[in-house]
Amino acid sequence: MIKLNAINKSYSIGKNSLHVLKGVNLDIKDGEFVSIMGSSGSGKSTLLNILGILDEYDSGEYYLGGTLIKNLNQSKAAEYRNRFIGFVFQSFNLLSFKNAVENVALPLYYQGIKRKERNRIAMEYLDRVGLTDWAHHMPSELSGGQKQRVAIARALITNPKIILADEPTGALDSVTSQEVMQLFKQVHAKGMTLIVVTHENEIANMTERIIRIKDGVIDTPSEKTNMLTGTEA
Amino acid sequence: MFDRDRWNEIYITLSRNKLRTFLTAFGVFWGLFMLIIMLGSGNGLKNGVTKGFGDFATNSFFTWTWKTSMPYKGFPQGRNFNFNNSDIQAIKDNVPQAAVVAPRNQLGNYGGTNNVIRGLNSGAFGVYGDYPEIFTIQSYRLDEGRLLNQNDLNEKRKVAVIGQRVKEVLFDPGEDPIGESIQVNGVYFSVIGVFKSSKSLDRGEEDATSIFIPFSTFQNAFNYQNVVGWFAITSKPNVSASEVEAKVVSLLKERHSVHPDDPQAVGHFNLEDEYNKMMGLFTGIEILIWIVGIGTLLAGVIGVSNIMLIIIKERTSEIGIRRAIGAPPFDIARQIVLESVVLTSIAGYFGLVLGVGILEAVSSAIGEGGGFFANPTVDLSVALKSLLVLVFAGAFAGLIPAYRALKIKPIEAVRTE
Ligand SMILES: Nc1ncnc2c1ncn2[C@@H]1O[C@H](COP(=O)(O)OP(=O)(O)OP(=O)(O)O)[C@@H](O)[C@H]1O
Ligand SMILES: [Mg+2]
Repeated sequence: MIKLNAINKSYSIGKNSLHVLKGVNLDIKDGEFVSIMGSSGSGKSTLLNILGILDEYDSGEYYLGGTLIKNLNQSKAAEYRNRFIGFVFQSFNLLSFKNAVENVALPLYYQGIKRKERNRIAMEYLDRVGLTDWAHHMPSELSGGQKQRVAIARALITNPKIILADEPTGALDSVTSQEVMQLFKQVHAKGMTLIVVTHENEIANMTERIIRIKDGVIDTPSEKTNMLTGTEA
Repeated sequence: MFDRDRWNEIYITLSRNKLRTFLTAFGVFWGLFMLIIMLGSGNGLKNGVTKGFGDFATNSFFTWTWKTSMPYKGFPQGRNFNFNNSDIQAIKDNVPQAAVVAPRNQLGNYGGTNNVIRGLNSGAFGVYGDYPEIFTIQSYRLDEGRLLNQNDLNEKRKVAVIGQRVKEVLFDPGEDPIGESIQVNGVYFSVIGVFKSSKSLDRGEEDATSIFIPFSTFQNAFNYQNVVGWFAITSKPNVSASEVEAKVVSLLKERHSVHPDDPQAVGHFNLEDEYNKMMGLFTGIEILIWIVGIGTLLAGVIGVSNIMLIIIKERTSEIGIRRAIGAPPFDIARQIVLESVVLTSIAGYFGLVLGVGILEAVSSAIGEGGGFFANPTVDLSVALKSLLVLVFAGAFAGLIPAYRALKIKPIEAVRTE
């Protein structure tokens, strides 16, 4: 599903340049549920943003479902994001002036689907995340966990190739974190590919595979069993 | 374009901060409102002054005699002379561009010595001997009876058309003047019509104190023989009055042995020149109004652009989220341009409606007697054109913010926290 070949990415800060990703190679198969870990500032978000076509990389190759993602124009990038990728962010990133259904339905708006149809589909997805009763509430009236479930429903609604989640439980307590991870597991069970960036071992351990990023490259991929004794920097 | 969702989005964004939207819109509203008010006032002034000309044909001119100031063909300077009846045909024959050639004579004056009597009432009025054609040069609104006609002239009838004011002085209120006799310098005339002037102010007042009698009757009754006091002449359509005026004046000079260069012997006055000068002035005023008005409008539009920029800064996260979940850049840009157009159009529309409304109210309040200010309204087409300009201005005002919005990278949404 995902193939990265020697991906390099630097940020320029004034005259200096910060080399964050130094030739990342990565293979994620269709239907995999993986987590990305690494110390703060190691480039996890940078990597995820490149995977999500939110940011560009300097050199290397990125294939998403067999399509080379390189030097896309803005419209093409927008279309790929809309059709292939679902995002879940630490800060939920819901539109505050739209209620839950409208937020969930928004990606379909950009596919030109009519309002009625859109909202009908959105209700189905809200039902899947257990928020039918909250459909017409504004984000400000929802708890963190509820907001994140709305965001997950929004990520799922276009039936994307992959779900990318950057610290989806970072702003949630452990109980709600568990709920969110259970939801991810259900989604995974239906065959979806998921990539979750996290700091928490507990979260990472719920995934099939942990990818560690260190000094700008992927650390030797470790099996889940090895991780149980490992500690996180 | 007419997708309900898009309008809904626009409504939501604009209503999210009502006060700011209102204040921004007010700038545009005020701009268009002022433009309409100024244009209307300009028109009011123009209409008022134009009304001073009444329905006086603006392609007309007048010519009269005065003492000669240069000796010519054996005549000394300082000679008195008059136009006469044979000049009428001579002008018609030699200056084909002249449309109406109306000889006129006058006796007495409003404010002079009393020259008109009816029973115990008397007054001082201007009494004019005229061809019926005079009424095509200067139009009067007939109140009662009829105007002079060719038969009156041919048969030298002793009939008179009197002004409204004359009627008030000579007749009791409610009395019907038609068919009644009035005495002008001892000669009896029977009243056949009463008119109102279509001019405003002093000139209208002067008209209302006039009495018109047939030109032939005038010459006969008051012993003028074949003397013509002056001519009122119009030019044919598409011929300049000044051109005809020059031809007629030189013809009359020749016929009366006046030196061609004599500056005063044949006097003339051209309404066309006056009218054109006045119209030139109003064109100037109108240009000024447009410059000031467009400036005010522009300030409003820049205000919209400014506020849109601020709104976009505030919406960076929202726009980023939209981009992240797949909004095409064009969609975002179009959204912002539309917001700007909607804001300016609605505000402009209200400015337009209020401006036109106030003009209408003022117009009906001052009614007929507005002095130098009459009917201060704007053309519907001008109003609609300015609204159209506003829509374009709105689109233009949205361009810079839209461009700014396009620069927002989706990644910024993720980062902005
Ligand atoms: N837009 C940017 N401009 C400049 N430097 C950046 C930018 N984004 C990230 N960086 C830098 O790149 C490095 C990697 O950042 P990144 O956000 O990928 O780290 P991370 O692994 O997600 O960290 P965390 O666990 O704290 O979220 C950091 O040193 C960060 O300061
Ligand atoms: Mg991060």
